[in-house]
Amino acid sequence: MPRIPASYLINRVITLFLTVFIAATLIWIIPRLSPIDPADIMLGRMAAGAGSVEGSEDILAQLRENFGLDQPLIIQYFKYLGNIITFDFGLSTASFPTPVSALVAEALPWTIGLMLISIIITFIIGNLLGALMVWDHSPNLVKVAIPAAMVFTSIPPILSGLLLMWIFAAKLQWFPLTGSYGLNVEPGWDWDFMISVLHHGFLPALSIVVVTFGFWALGMRGLMITVQGEDYTKLAEAKGLRPRYILYRYMIRNAILPQITAFALKIGMLVAGQVLVERIFAYNGVGKLLYDAILDQDFPVIQGVSFVIILMTALAVFLVDLVYPLIDPRIRHEGA
Amino acid sequence: MADQTVTQSEEVTAKQIRRMKRFDNPWRNPKLIWGAGILLGIVAIGILGRIFWDPDLVFTGSGMTRQAPVGFENLRGQAGTWAHPLGTDGAGRDVLALLIIGAPNSLFVGVLASLIGMSIGIFLGFSAGFIRGRTDDVIRVLSDVMITIPPLLILVVFQAAYGDINLTMMAILIAAFVWQSPTRLIRAQVLSMRESGYVQMARLSGASTMHIMFREMLPNLVPYLFGSFIANVTTSIVTAVGLEVLGLGPQRIPTLGRTIYEAINSGALIQNLWWWWGIPTILLALMFIGLLLINLGLDEVSNPRLRKL
Repeated sequence: MPRIPASYLINRVITLFLTVFIAATLIWIIPRLSPIDPADIMLGRMAAGAGSVEGSEDILAQLRENFGLDQPLIIQYFKYLGNIITFDFGLSTASFPTPVSALVAEALPWTIGLMLISIIITFIIGNLLGALMVWDHSPNLVKVAIPAAMVFTSIPPILSGLLLMWIFAAKLQWFPLTGSYGLNVEPGWDWDFMISVLHHGFLPALSIVVVTFGFWALGMRGLMITVQGEDYTKLAEAKGLRPRYILYRYMIRNAILPQITAFALKIGMLVAGQVLVERIFAYNGVGKLLYDAILDQDFPVIQGVSFVIILMTALAVFLVDLVYPLIDPRIRHEGA
Repeated sequence: MADQTVTQSEEVTAKQIRRMKRFDNPWRNPKLIWGAGILLGIVAIGILGRIFWDPDLVFTGSGMTRQAPVGFENLRGQAGTWAHPLGTDGAGRDVLALLIIGAPNSLFVGVLASLIGMSIGIFLGFSAGFIRGRTDDVIRVLSDVMITIPPLLILVVFQAAYGDINLTMMAILIAAFVWQSPTRLIRAQVLSMRESGYVQMARLSGASTMHIMFREMLPNLVPYLFGSFIANVTTSIVTAVGLEVLGLGPQRIPTLGRTIYEAINSGALIQNLWWWWGIPTILLALMFIGLLLINLGLDEVSNPRLRKL
C-alpha cells in the first residue's frame, strides 16, 4: 500500500477547509450587504396571512432578536461560523418553526441517490464508448455514431431534461411528469415504493446521462490513444491474445485511472446541473428545496442548501484527490 | 500478394494527400467553420431580426396569448398566423421577437463574463508564474479553492438577497467564478516556458519583464487562451441560464432562460405549448453545440495530432 506524503495531505486538507470557509463567508456576507431585511419579509408574510398585524414594531424587534440581527456584525459572524459547523442554519422563515437542517436532511438522500446513479451510469457508458472510438476492432458504425452523439455533451442537462420530459412524459406518457415517487404509494422499503421511485427517477437520471457521457468519452479517447502505442499493448498483441481481452485488461485498465481526476474538476458543474434538473422535474431533492426557498424568499433555507451543496462538492473533490494516488501507483506526489 | 499491398498503400497515400490538402490550412477546419457558422447565425438573428421584425413585440400583450406557430393549431383549435410566425407565449409575447432579443443577450453575458474572467486569469497567471514564492502560493491555493465552488449556488444567494439586476451586472458576477481555469492554465504554461531557450535568450538580451511576458510568451499561449475562453463562454451561459430558469437573473429584460422559466411555471409542457419553451430550448442547445464545435476545432488547430488522416 503506497503511503500518502504528509505534505500532500496537509495541502489537501487546507484546501478543503479554505473552500468551505470561503463559501460560508460569501454566503454570510452577501445578504448582509443587501438592503432587504429578513425580519421585514417575515412580518410581511404574517401581514399577508392576517390582514394587518398589531404592534408590528415590537414583533419586528423580537424577530430581529430571534435571528440575532441586533448584535454587532462581528459577533453575528462568529456565531454563524459556530452554527454552520454543527449544521445549524436556523429556522426556515417560510415553514416557520421547522429547522433548515431538517428540511435539508429530508431532501439530501434523494439528491445523493440520483447523483450517484447518474454518475455511475455515465462513467461506465462514457468510458466504454470512448474506448471503442479508438479500438481498432470496433465496428465502423461505432466510430461514426459516437462522435455525432458527442455534440450533445455541451448542452446543460436542464435542456435535455425539458425535451425528454416532453417526449416521454407529456406526449408518450411512459413516465410520470414530476415528483420522485407516486402519490399512491407509502414511502418505505417495500416493492411498490421502489418501483415507483425507479419509475420517477428514470427521466431525471437519463437527462443527466445523455449530456454528460460525452465528457468521459472524450477524455477516454485521448487516454486510449496514448495507451494504444505503449509497449505492453504491442506485446499483448504479439502474444496473440484475443483483442477483446487486450481491450479490457490492457488498454481500458491502464487508461481509466486518470479519468478519475477529471471527475474532481467536473463535479461542480454536475451538481449545479442536477439542481436545475430537480427543479424542472419537481424531484424531492435539494434543487427543489432551493427553488421553493427562492420563491418564498426563505433566506435561511437558501443559505443552508447552498452551503450543504458546496460542502458536498468540496468533500467529493477532497476524496478524489486522496484516493487517486492510492489506486494509481504511477503517480508520485511532490509537495504541490 | 505483393501487388495488392502496393495498390493498397497507393490508395492510402492518395487518400491521405486529398485529406492533407483539405487540412492544409489548419484554420479551414470543418468543426471550427460549422461552430462559427452557428454562432454567427444566432448573432444574425439578433441583428437582422431587429431590422426586419418589430422588436417591440416582446412586450406583454402584443398579440393573442398561446397562439401556435404557422402550420400548427393550439388547444383552442386556432391555426397560427403570419402575424406571429413562431406563435406567442402565455402573456401574448411574440416568440420570434423573444428570440431576436433574448439570444444575443445570452451570448453577450457569456462573452463579457468570459472576457473579464480571462483578463483576471492572464494577470494572475502571469503574476504567479513570474513572481513565484508567496504570491504564487496564494494565487494557486485561491484558484484551487474557487474552482470547487459551483458559481450557481453563490449567485443564487446573491440574487435572492438583491433582487433585480441587469445583464452587465450578471456578467460581472459570473466573471468572479470563471477566472480560475485560465489562471491555472497560464500559470502552468508560464512556469514551463520561463526555462525555455527563447525566454532565457530574451532575458539575456536585457528585455524587460513586461516585454518577455506579453511579447515573447503571450503569443505562444494564444491557442490555449482561445480554447479556455470558449469553454468559459459556455460555462457562463450555462450559469446565466441556470439562474434565469430558477426565476432569478434580470427581471425586466427578456432572456431565453426566463422564457423557459415562465413556460414551465404555466404548465406549458402538459398543455402541449411546445413552441413556448421548445424553441428557446433548441436555440440555446444550438448555441452550446456551436461553442463546442469551435472548441473541438480549435483543439485540432493547435494540436495537429488530433487531426485524423
